Amino acid sequence: MVKFNWFTLDNGLRVIVHEDKTTPMAVLNILYDVGARDEDPNQTGFAHLFEHLMFGGSVNIPSYDEPLQRVGGENNAFTSNDVTNYYITLPAVNIETAFWLESDRMLSLAFSEKSLEVQRNVVMEEFKQRYLNQPYGDVWLNLRPLAYKTHPYRWATIGKELSHIEEARIEDVKAFFKKHYNPQNAIMVVGGDVDTEDVKKLAEKWFGPIPAGNKYTRDLPQEPEQLEARRETVTAKVPLNSLYIAFHMAARIDEEYYTTDLISDLLSRGNSSRMYRTLVKDKQLFSEVHAYTTESMDAGLFIVDGKPVAGVTIEAAEAAIWEELEKLKNEMVAVDELTKVKNKTESTMMFSEMSLLDKAMNLAFFELMGDAEMFNIEVSRYLGITPQHIQRQAQQLFTKQNSSTLIYLAE
Amino acid sequence: MLDRTLTPEFNPIEHIKLIAPGHIKLENDCNLYWFNSGEQELVRIEWIFSNLRFDPAKPLLNIAVNTMLNDGTNSLTGAQIADAIDYYGAFLQVDYGFDHSQVTLYCLNKHLKHTLPVIKDILTQSIFPEKELNTFIRNQQQKLQVSLQKNDFLARRAFNKALFGGTMYGISPDIEDYAKIQRDDLLKHFKLMYQPNNCTMIAAGKIDDDILKEITLHFDKDWTNNSIPDITQPDFTEAEQLFNYIEKPDALQSAIRLGTKLINRTHPDFPALQVVNTILGGYFGSRLMANIREDKGYTYGIGSGMSSMKYSGAIFIATEVGADVTRQAMAEIEKEIKILQTELVSEEELSLVKNYMLGSLLGSLENVFSHADKFKNVYLSGLDFEYYDRYTEVIRNITAKDILTLADQYLNFDQFYRVIVGKY
Repeated sequence: MVKFNWFTLDNGLRVIVHEDKTTPMAVLNILYDVGARDEDPNQTGFAHLFEHLMFGGSVNIPSYDEPLQRVGGENNAFTSNDVTNYYITLPAVNIETAFWLESDRMLSLAFSEKSLEVQRNVVMEEFKQRYLNQPYGDVWLNLRPLAYKTHPYRWATIGKELSHIEEARIEDVKAFFKKHYNPQNAIMVVGGDVDTEDVKKLAEKWFGPIPAGNKYTRDLPQEPEQLEARRETVTAKVPLNSLYIAFHMAARIDEEYYTTDLISDLLSRGNSSRMYRTLVKDKQLFSEVHAYTTESMDAGLFIVDGKPVAGVTIEAAEAAIWEELEKLKNEMVAVDELTKVKNKTESTMMFSEMSLLDKAMNLAFFELMGDAEMFNIEVSRYLGITPQHIQRQAQQLFTKQNSSTLIYLAE
Repeated sequence: MLDRTLTPEFNPIEHIKLIAPGHIKLENDCNLYWFNSGEQELVRIEWIFSNLRFDPAKPLLNIAVNTMLNDGTNSLTGAQIADAIDYYGAFLQVDYGFDHSQVTLYCLNKHLKHTLPVIKDILTQSIFPEKELNTFIRNQQQKLQVSLQKNDFLARRAFNKALFGGTMYGISPDIEDYAKIQRDDLLKHFKLMYQPNNCTMIAAGKIDDDILKEITLHFDKDWTNNSIPDITQPDFTEAEQLFNYIEKPDALQSAIRLGTKLINRTHPDFPALQVVNTILGGYFGSRLMANIREDKGYTYGIGSGMSSMKYSGAIFIATEVGADVTRQAMAEIEKEIKILQTELVSEEELSLVKNYMLGSLLGSLENVFSHADKFKNVYLSGLDFEYYDRYTEVIRNITAKDILTLADQYLNFDQFYRVIVGKY
């Protein structure tokens, strides 16, 4: 149970305070409601490039990192297809420095040409390091456009191609800031050794004067129902063949998400999971196999991937995966097995409450989904799931018509 | 009117308090340390064993024994072990390191009575079934095939081999080495290494008397020593060639790793060298990051680090840079090291680094597990908590002149091992 207080500033900034006196540290987490899905199809990778530019100095403070390090703090950020999240951890006695830094860059950036030029290069190197210069690094660059034809999830957070980043101009950066970076599109969580009243005062002082800006209204083209199986084979410089099957699934906020998430646990969480035991250990068809969901805000993907053992054909490997999926559709899961994955979910939640930063990020994320309080009832949403729910969900998910299969063949 | 150009006042970082562990020595000579704190009814328990003397002819023995600990015992199959652990929402991890290897259990307190007997079984009765061994060999070979196509993996491996060849620290197995693993060797190795007199248990979480009793009850009975294990290690065979270039004609980026052997944590200069390392490449605002990423844009990331092992230590710089700027990046790294040796660090930079390091130390004490980790760092190096007092004292008092002297004494760039995988 994570307790918190909640208030909103006049300019629309939502603030959540989680007092945790067991630590001498504090966290300030700001989530901006913008991700790669909000990008122009001709300017992909922009939300993420922009995240880099947020560290290039703000309107009144030339360096973001330096003053924070000086007071013993650290920070980082990440961008996904859905959101952009920035966080600071620092000794709680110096929390005001975090307010000062974060409010100034919400007010306005320095928009330096030099910063844009350097970060364009840095991001292009990131593109190479993570997506191009690694075996299987470009899986998502291939799988997303196979599974999505309409929704902006069809491109990866890093962007469709290097050229989109290369061509980013300072005017685009300014326009992006104006559209997405204002109090109405942000959620701030302050946690750790802090008092709500102090946080209120600091929030009013530093964030209160920031103009509300315009509320961005998201209106994205939704993915139509997939009507036939899709398939793509890539021959690549990889050492082993590899197989990926993507199925369209419900959005993160949907009730169906929880059932689907448990299905991925049944299939591949831990050494007792079905696919690990059957496909890796018993039948020895795969050296590794995984099932997971993208946990997306809009309708997401359920992925099964694996690397067949040398000598096992792609057809045999694929058939073995489908056999496991069919079993979920045709046979009711045993109560014990279902209890097992529920227990795992419950203990995972308890262990994650050991981390202040995890708690802060989760509160922001659930607030974005509608209500931070949902974080506290998350476990109960899993506990209510029955074998019937699992079966029904599996029947809905695992059809050829709903599948996009990507094969990597070793050159 | 709010003046946003002014830095808010800030406070020095004080009151870094470490939780001291409780300690008992079990009748079989296994040392148990425990940390009792936290609100959640859960624990993390580690069983840590010193590695046996490394045998270069059988380099994968230690790794295979550790990794296969959950693959079956006299009374439980691998599947039954997995069922028992997963059913109770627990997590069982096995990890091997340069000096120690361990088993870790994460578990809610209410389920310990079901999971501890499984760990006991693993530590006393593992049998490494032949079929599981074959699966292990095949899967590890496949994993290695993938890793061998990653430039940063190749660079790390070549670097470690150059510094620490012929020992666990410099291990760089080939695909064929896996096929040579024999079950008999595993059984022998297991019997020698996983004994109570070679084990330290560290438990952290909400540990009241009942939980403590539960833990000791399982591990001081029916677990006996059969010999004194040999945990000495052979000497390193250092490579003669300092420069090692592995060409990858199609590389978009080159992986660079360079550095040298260094003192370890037990040496009085270690904390001060950590300050030197932090300035050079140990945090986001470091000189390497500021120059090579934030000014030149050659890389997504560059950093330096120090490793402290039982019998040696190292300092290294690692990065992946655009293939076309490999030479420039190398030149800039060399330049930054030379600057550390010839120019005094400004007071402004030094005070920032000091505060940053103290803040990091404070921030690294997030929960009871982190306190246990801090203890583990010093305990396994043969030190105690005084190390952290000395560490904070050194950070507070170190001068620009000290930094220069240390950089000059320890960072001899001309003697650095340099590995490049990609283009040069």
